[in-house]
Amino acid sequence: MSDAHTADDLKKHVRAYILVFVSLMVLTLVTVAVSYLHLPVHQAIAVALVIASVKGSLVACYFMHLISEKKLILWVMLLTVVFFAVLLFVPVFTVADRIGR
Amino acid sequence: MSDIEIPYTVAARPDTGLNNGKIGIWLFLASEVMLFGALFATYILLRVGAVEWPHGAHYLNVPLATLNTIVLISSSVTMVMAWYSLKIDKFGRFRMYMAATVGFGAVFLVVKYFEYSAKFHHGYFPKTNTFLAIYFTMTGLHMLHVIGGMVVNAYFWGPGAKLWKKDKEHFTNRVENSGLFWHFVDLVWIFLFPVLYLL
Repeated sequence: MSDAHTADDLKKHVRAYILVFVSLMVLTLVTVAVSYLHLPVHQAIAVALVIASVKGSLVACYFMHLISEKKLILWVMLLTVVFFAVLLFVPVFTVADRIGR
Repeated sequence: MSDIEIPYTVAARPDTGLNNGKIGIWLFLASEVMLFGALFATYILLRVGAVEWPHGAHYLNVPLATLNTIVLISSSVTMVMAWYSLKIDKFGRFRMYMAATVGFGAVFLVVKYFEYSAKFHHGYFPKTNTFLAIYFTMTGLHMLHVIGGMVVNAYFWGPGAKLWKKDKEHFTNRVENSGLFWHFVDLVWIFLFPVLYLL
């Protein structure tokens, strides 16, 4: 977060923190409730990951202040996300591996 | 020997526009994303390669993990409030919120202790099957991060707080950086919870 803040700015932040906190609690309960519906695996994975991504974004944007962070950090994290995605895609190549099946 | 001044602890470095601590912690967190990313990739690899994969709830206690999710989210709020208290020059309030953050961390560990104990009691160990192996690896590494974050936060609550008297802004920046790490630990759990327990 940048260093220059007015008192009003900071109060707005507190309101945002409380709102994010409530949203995270609600989303946690929703994701648990959905798991009891016993959806088909693909749908269950999609719903759980979408909810987790929304929760993760809220934490990163508001608690970690990425939303108002300097561009350099945003670029560093964007690069990290790209590499993270590549890493998660590595197992997909195993689908093409039919040796022994 | 005279004191050596560490540069750019408060003032922004001209080339990065940030103080060194801030850029340092974000680069560290980037490496942490890759560390946990490797384990998430491992999880996917094991799962798509398995003939059968159990639903997390078969082995794990969802209500306890839900409680732990709520505990960690709460600790993230108290952490950010601890930092905010320093921003508005309320040191007493900072101490209270920081103590709560460390306390929530301790609650998380106690709940995890009960969870692990129950698994061992039932004869579920990392060697039992692939699911339990990746469960213990991922939650174990995450737990080490919780302990690390608690140690740093407890230090800033206690002896590390001396810096507040000498240089308020520097201390506030340090707390912000330990907070960034703590929020990251929360963020990892937000993904671990559904992946391991709910799917």
